[in-house]
Amino acid sequence: MDTVSSAARPQAPATGAPGLRLLATLLAVAALGAVPFVAPTMQLLVNLALAKGLAVMGVTVLLRAGQVSFGHALYFAVAAYGGAFLMAAMPGADLLLLLVAGVAGATLAGLLVGLFVVRYRGIFFGMLNLAFSMIFWSILEKFYHITGGADGIRLPRPTVLGMELGRGDFELVLFYLSIALMLGLGWFTIRWFASPMGQLFQTIKTNETRLEYLGVSPRRALLSGYLLSALLCGAGGVIMGVAQGVVTPEYAWWIRSGEMVFIAVLGGSGSVQGAFIGALIYEFVRTYASAFAGDVWQMLLGGFLLVIILFAPRGVIGIVEAIGRRTARSEDTR
Amino acid sequence: MSAPLLETRNLEIRFGGVIAANDVSLTIESGRNLAIIGPNGAGKTTFLNICTGWLKPTRGQVLFEGKDITPLPPRKIVRRGVARAFQIPQLFTEHTALENLLIAVAAREGLRNPVRDLHTIPERAEMMHLLEMVNCADVADRTVVELSEGQRKLVDIAVALALRPRLLLMDEPTSGVASSQKHRIMEILVEALAQAQVTSVFVEHDMGIVEKYADEVAVWNAGNVQLRGTPAEVLEHPDVIRDVIGEVA
Repeated sequence: MDTVSSAARPQAPATGAPGLRLLATLLAVAALGAVPFVAPTMQLLVNLALAKGLAVMGVTVLLRAGQVSFGHALYFAVAAYGGAFLMAAMPGADLLLLLVAGVAGATLAGLLVGLFVVRYRGIFFGMLNLAFSMIFWSILEKFYHITGGADGIRLPRPTVLGMELGRGDFELVLFYLSIALMLGLGWFTIRWFASPMGQLFQTIKTNETRLEYLGVSPRRALLSGYLLSALLCGAGGVIMGVAQGVVTPEYAWWIRSGEMVFIAVLGGSGSVQGAFIGALIYEFVRTYASAFAGDVWQMLLGGFLLVIILFAPRGVIGIVEAIGRRTARSEDTR
Repeated sequence: MSAPLLETRNLEIRFGGVIAANDVSLTIESGRNLAIIGPNGAGKTTFLNICTGWLKPTRGQVLFEGKDITPLPPRKIVRRGVARAFQIPQLFTEHTALENLLIAVAAREGLRNPVRDLHTIPERAEMMHLLEMVNCADVADRTVVELSEGQRKLVDIAVALALRPRLLLMDEPTSGVASSQKHRIMEILVEALAQAQVTSVFVEHDMGIVEKYADEVAVWNAGNVQLRGTPAEVLEHPDVIRDVIGEVA
């Protein structure tokens, strides 16, 4: 379990000089920000990847406590449907209101489900989450008159700060909002990991007995992280729903949850940056592999993951960090 | 007259047909170091587990400062001032020695700021001092897996002391440590306890340690206190020599 353990340590040895890391981050953000102008055809693809990255960050939070959820698509779907219902009730509602409402709905759902599932660990934790997401999926499928069944419901374009924008402008705003969320929520999550609260949460992975003998309820500690993970998944769900303009039960489907875990491992389980790197790689491989390799794109993705697990157990972020370390070393010796 | 620091009344616990605590009534006064000795399976660890809420007795009561703590879970007992150190150190293995203490102090103070770095909390200096007290300041930045067994024991005890307990229960604080290191560890430990004004109860098999560092000794046998007294009184007793020390009287 070296994969998660080393990634989980907030005070892990620096991977490369801090200046170098900051530069790399700035370059990556600048590159992302330039996409609508440099490669406009990829804008939607990147936006969907960022939405997934936000949700994967939620799964990553739980990995820090050694827990895997196979049902976090639930919060993705709750937020997306919350946004769609809000738009149906309040046509022309604001994008930020949608985001706040969706995230609040997902967090509330996280609290309700979390109070129950934090009693369990390991496979039971993972499968109970799956069970809740599948219950929600069935509700979405069966209550056709409310949810639109398998067809889902439309999520019309919301206003932005009271302004009705055309499609192109709106997509641009949504794109930059996604980047802002990635930076803001990513920063908060990294800070939270390093905070006393985040550290108490992460100790669930190594020693719950000691945690209890520190006077802390392990369930409460896990619940705090669970709520954060639901919130992050909710943010991803709203962005995804708004970007696609329609929400379907597939949002809560177990494959969606599995995809989040897949991306988390691919990017580097336990890493915030890895969640987004993994999501971008996943979306690109999926899109282009399915375009050029027809029905075998899943096999290609599976093979890719296998290679990562075998040769880069810390995920893509592990490779990036290793390159950073090597560069820093060569800078030092120069 | 004030209540004893810890008092047990008629404690009983059964595991199937085995009675691990059999009508145990005991008082522990403040400021003493009480050693618990006895043969394997006598119920010494079970007694610690009951006092710290890990096990619930089938009968009897545990009182801390006169208040009944029997039904409370360990975390609530810890918050009342009873800490625990373990035979196998219970530490956060992916964290450094210092981080283990910082996490403990975060738990003690109920630190909830979600964006403040654990390393910047004001109690950091206090925790470094605690590591100095247990002679582990030089390994503060090493992860637990990099520490020797003796260092882990001391850090485990430091974590318990970080909670500022009034009573510390320790299960074999020197087990698994090289013989040459045992007395060194106990010297550090007893001094740290005295500085922090913490009463202690420790289970111990090494009679040399008991004789030198305990103020009182309670001898456990078949789930109950067979004998209690000063080390000199107890360790010379023929029953103790026969049943615990294992020499012919």
